[in-house]
Amino acid sequence: MDNTQSFQFFNRGPSPAVRLVFFVVLSLLLLFIDARYRYLESTRSALSVLVSPIPRLATLPGVLWQQAGDFFTTQHNLVEDNQSLHQRHERDAAQLLQLQALQQENRQLRNLLALPQRGELTTQSAEIVYAERDVFKRKMLIDKGANANVLIGQVVMDDAGIVGQITRVYPWLAEVTLITEKDHAVPVQVLRNGLRTILFGAGDTSHLSLRYMPVSSDIQNGDQLVTSGIDGIYPPGIPVAKVVKIERDAAYPFARVTCLPVAGVDKHRHLLILSGLPKLPERPEEKPAAQNMKTKLPK
Amino acid sequence: MPYLAPVHPEIQRPVSTSLIVFSVLLALFLNGLPWEGIWLMLRPDFVAVVMLYWCTHKPLRVGIGLSWAVGILADVADASLFGQHALAYTLLAFGGVMLHHRLKMFDLRQQTTQVFGILALTYAAYALVHWQVNGYVVWPYFLGCLTSTLLWVPLSIMFQAARRMRVDRDH
Repeated sequence: MDNTQSFQFFNRGPSPAVRLVFFVVLSLLLLFIDARYRYLESTRSALSVLVSPIPRLATLPGVLWQQAGDFFTTQHNLVEDNQSLHQRHERDAAQLLQLQALQQENRQLRNLLALPQRGELTTQSAEIVYAERDVFKRKMLIDKGANANVLIGQVVMDDAGIVGQITRVYPWLAEVTLITEKDHAVPVQVLRNGLRTILFGAGDTSHLSLRYMPVSSDIQNGDQLVTSGIDGIYPPGIPVAKVVKIERDAAYPFARVTCLPVAGVDKHRHLLILSGLPKLPERPEEKPAAQNMKTKLPK
Repeated sequence: MPYLAPVHPEIQRPVSTSLIVFSVLLALFLNGLPWEGIWLMLRPDFVAVVMLYWCTHKPLRVGIGLSWAVGILADVADASLFGQHALAYTLLAFGGVMLHHRLKMFDLRQQTTQVFGILALTYAAYALVHWQVNGYVVWPYFLGCLTSTLLWVPLSIMFQAARRMRVDRDH
């Protein structure tokens, strides 16, 4: 042992200052490599396998409860389920055949009129991992993330209609903002007469509202609202909501229209993520108009 | 106020490795919950406070190296730059290890001011890296520093209770 150094009863390794310098330099090195060269993505994904089980633990009791429920499902229930699914399948099959014919016809008509074709949508299914337990936010996490090429802005729906939109992507999870989130807007169209408007979330689970609808506008109880597809985010023609209440008060310029979402926004476990929306052309810039304004203003 | 008394005897009590591991995992889990908006700003950095607790109470078992490793895990969990949390937690652990003698002299209320200093340094290091890489600083981020400091007292009381329980069982 080196006797020139101060004697220590217990060997505790290098002093805190030495360790500090070592780990600070190591961190800075990693930071530099990660920020500049992105060499560490494989290390990151390997380590994220270690970390990703942690958020899933939160849902474990619920999952176990559900699995126990699945295990004890009676045969009677299964037979009933099977029958109802068969009936639905037959009903849907007829409609699907019609749909194919209509699609074909639509394609031909669009060709004749030289309109751009509607893009084919591809879907992938995802399961809800957990819904956020926050009173002010309507969000949930699904089990597909960057690993399944999920992108921010993709639309999420269930078998009945639009559920929400992907707003954040984690490696193994993605966050879906529900259409009922406060001030979340969906451009919609009344199916009956093609009236375009925008549907806003109200912040509670089962309630949406149409703002800025003139009192005289042609809208009725029970009207179906489908996406208009004008924004380039939501594909056209997917059911979103149903009008349930209209209050027309002559004192206000706008009618108060309350709607219910068609999709079981907070019911299902399985959802579909839509991808492959056709890209819209860029919106033309408004520079010329602005210049005109400028030339007019100084006087 | 038994909890606010100087923590001399408590600081020497044994602590099981499983408690340390469990607390760090729980803190990572709490940090990993999908906080949003103002809640994300107000969220205390559970991992930082837990690591600081162990660094000040068991500086020989939990030190700078372990804090750095936990920081790397936090970087992965948060999808932040590699080394960003690690750098912050290294400084945190150094502060904790350096100040652990001093903290022994104080009661919980007085400890809070010291803890605030260390946490402020940690938050500043994290924000500094963010500023260097992205060119801006989100100032409300520092609110988390205050809530983390506020977390120090209840967390210390909780850990004291957990360790006391263990000692009572052993005797």
